[in-house]
Amino acid sequence: MSKSNINKATLKRRDFLKAGTGITLFIGAGGLIPALTSCSEAGAMDFPIEPLNVTAWVKLDSDGTITICNPAAEMGQGSMTSLPMIFAEEMDADWDKVKVEFSAQEPAIFGSEGWGNRKIMLTAGSRTINGYFNVLRKAGAQARYILMHSVAEKWGVPINQVDTKAGQVIHKLSNRVIYYGEIIPFLKVPDNLPEFSEKELKSPQDFRLIGKDFPRTDIPDKLNGAAQFAIDIRLPNMVYGVIERGRIHGARPTLNNETALRALPGVIDLVVLEYGVGIISTSLEQGLAAKKSLNISWSDSEASGFNSEEAYTTYEQVAAEGGQGRVVTNIGDFKSAQDQATKIYSADYKNDYVYHAQMEPLNSIVQVAADGSSAEVWVGSQQGFTPKFGVPQVLGIEPRNVKIHMQYLGGGLGRRSMTDFITECALLAKKVAPRPVKLIWTREDDLTYGAYRPMSLQRLIATTDSSGKLTGLSHTVIGDGDNLVASGIKNEFYDIPNQSAQIKTVKHGIRLKHWRAVGHGPNKFAIESLLDDIAYDQNKDPVEFRRILMQHSPRALATLEKAAEMAKWNKPTNPGRAKGVAFLERSGTLSTGICEISIDERTGKIRVHHFWTANDAGIVIHPDNVKAQLEGGIIMGMSSVLMESLTINNGAVQQSNFLDYPILRIEDIPESIETAIIKSTGHPQGVGESGTPLVAGAIANAFLKLTGKRIRHLPFTPKRVLKVLNG
Amino acid sequence: MITFHKIGPYILRKFEKHQFIFIMPTYSLNINNKNYQVEADAGTTVLWILREHLGLMGTKYGCGIAQCGSCTIHVNGNPVRACVLPIEGLANGQKIVTIEGLSTDQDHPIIKAWEKVQVPQCGYCQSGQIMQAAALLAQNNSPTREEIIQSMNGNLCRCGTYMRIMEAIQIAAGQPTSVKSDE
Repeated sequence: MSKSNINKATLKRRDFLKAGTGITLFIGAGGLIPALTSCSEAGAMDFPIEPLNVTAWVKLDSDGTITICNPAAEMGQGSMTSLPMIFAEEMDADWDKVKVEFSAQEPAIFGSEGWGNRKIMLTAGSRTINGYFNVLRKAGAQARYILMHSVAEKWGVPINQVDTKAGQVIHKLSNRVIYYGEIIPFLKVPDNLPEFSEKELKSPQDFRLIGKDFPRTDIPDKLNGAAQFAIDIRLPNMVYGVIERGRIHGARPTLNNETALRALPGVIDLVVLEYGVGIISTSLEQGLAAKKSLNISWSDSEASGFNSEEAYTTYEQVAAEGGQGRVVTNIGDFKSAQDQATKIYSADYKNDYVYHAQMEPLNSIVQVAADGSSAEVWVGSQQGFTPKFGVPQVLGIEPRNVKIHMQYLGGGLGRRSMTDFITECALLAKKVAPRPVKLIWTREDDLTYGAYRPMSLQRLIATTDSSGKLTGLSHTVIGDGDNLVASGIKNEFYDIPNQSAQIKTVKHGIRLKHWRAVGHGPNKFAIESLLDDIAYDQNKDPVEFRRILMQHSPRALATLEKAAEMAKWNKPTNPGRAKGVAFLERSGTLSTGICEISIDERTGKIRVHHFWTANDAGIVIHPDNVKAQLEGGIIMGMSSVLMESLTINNGAVQQSNFLDYPILRIEDIPESIETAIIKSTGHPQGVGESGTPLVAGAIANAFLKLTGKRIRHLPFTPKRVLKVLNG
Repeated sequence: MITFHKIGPYILRKFEKHQFIFIMPTYSLNINNKNYQVEADAGTTVLWILREHLGLMGTKYGCGIAQCGSCTIHVNGNPVRACVLPIEGLANGQKIVTIEGLSTDQDHPIIKAWEKVQVPQCGYCQSGQIMQAAALLAQNNSPTREEIIQSMNGNLCRCGTYMRIMEAIQIAAGQPTSVKSDE
């Protein structure tokens, strides 16, 4: 920011100070830009700023309330608590005085450092804490500096004589103390605001807030119905939108009964989209009734004729054909390991499509101005790469003319990082502008026009030498989705000298998307299962087998030892039960999981009795929240491993709601889930997804121990279990 | 000449050419000890009445077929799924309680236990979970683990908060909890 801009901003600040008691501090590399505005109105500031220089902001009220803006989505993972904790730690704020609001959607200002060189707002990949940790600490330190600077100047003392303590600036030499809120009347913007390096920030042993289990800030409103999700928005003159989409992804509609539909009660307008027909109606029930009356002919699409069960045969052929796919890993020389191997192990692992099933069906509310020049959007989104969720693009307007009102997400799980449910609402809203349109997907819409974790086949080949040491691992994934099937294929924490991994893509025209932990679910299932296969064959203990593989990865080994200790791995297990272990790295967190299962040999039902998990996630901001994420991740993992399967027949999705796509209910929870967090001063890593992909390998390995048989096709439904047991 | 048409739940009176008046019945509902008059088509579910007609947004839509429990309300004290309940079935003086009316000052033992255990994650299903659990405790103040499972099994939670739901209900019922956590 140039000097003249700072001056201008400073002048503005004085104007604002006359106008009210609260000020917003925009803290950036080049200076401070205060304005009387709420967190969500950063885009509406009326003076020039250089947003690239601004990294975070906070509002201070004269009663001492500190409002910290949360730049990430809150989808249950606790960002509304953990991110402001990081900021408040460095600002040395009194946590009891902290309030939290969602920030504006301005990636240039509020983007994360977690996405390489791109500064974007995207709540995905368990990267929120990881990507914002230093951004928020530095911004918090600058806020603290500004307060100290103002007080030092007011009291006429050098800044290095003042300090802070939990929401107060103190000057020990004169025994003076002032609360942050009392600084407002003489808050002084330093002409040069220092940038703080990591070295100048608090060291972990001085953390006062980080590492404490404060009650989550979002929970009180989630106990009395007050928490607002996008689906809860009601606006004056609002109308409703519903869309009928094809059961065959990509099919194009031809509406055959437009006249009859338009005559139906409550129908205001119809919008034919490339992939569906939208109805705008006065009431939701009228729209839903009209949706049932639609008569649509659907075109063929790439997905037409596709049968997911049969695809596995194709995958096996592709795996057998040889030929190179896209190489993901190439360490050492797997081919020579294969040539020199004493023994070669090979196995195929399969996984069906799974659906996100976030509890709040997709929805959004869009209002387009009568002249079409601007729009407002109310939505719960994981955000993403596209400015303002693609709404400016579909409306042909500038991003700055689209205002986003971020709401809580009733689950994200990857699905809400897409924008289809927002852009299509904008198209409906444009048709009836300026009336706001609330678009609701029914559960059936959400499931059948979902974007799933891809089905795939993993062909693994492992080699051992004469001492039984694992010398090589080759991993080929066959399926659609490329990176969606590639994540989790690497083994950086196992000492395997020769590794190769590749992706062979077979396209089907089925919509696909990141699903909690992405490819880690299927890939770690395959890797961890094969390791136990080898250990079993060598008559070795699976934990001992991994101990040797982890000998050069002490952090990984520590999670293994801790989990084994928690699960009393070396003690005998109750008759009819067995324990299984799995290890993985996801989003920087290292995790070992151990489960104890039994199997009803009559029905084929697997029951998980206990689950233990030990994790190294670096510095943990909010330990109880980490536990909650691991518990929930394990439950969702169990759900996907034991029962979830979405199938396609003749191009059409075969399931439609929770009756035919069951997810785990409370009757199937374990008796206990115990989590351990290994103390660390490392950079914080992600835990939102770690629990989920641990489950398949742990259960499959317990299954092997209990039955001597291998189960290699997810999910492990009773039918499949019986087939393995009787096979 | 006046003509009437019956189309599904609607009674249409042809008013003039291309103009219709939709005659909607009016219903009286007692919700959270307050009386409401609602004009709606017969067959409209109580869920849409609560949410889109009355703005009581704590009761959530999750599946529409009584499979997830997100829309659980109390009707004369019994837990009921509002998404499959047509309004005409509820207009006879039954006392409806929604999450907004469960507790005026957050001192319901279930709400307190939920807060203590920090149950919610995304929070979307939690109104339904709390209403179901509150109804369970009202009918059985010391449920066994099996009874809790039986009562709560119709309420889905995709975040996987079931371990804490179990613990919270046991705490609210003054029981030792069966859920362990270790650091």
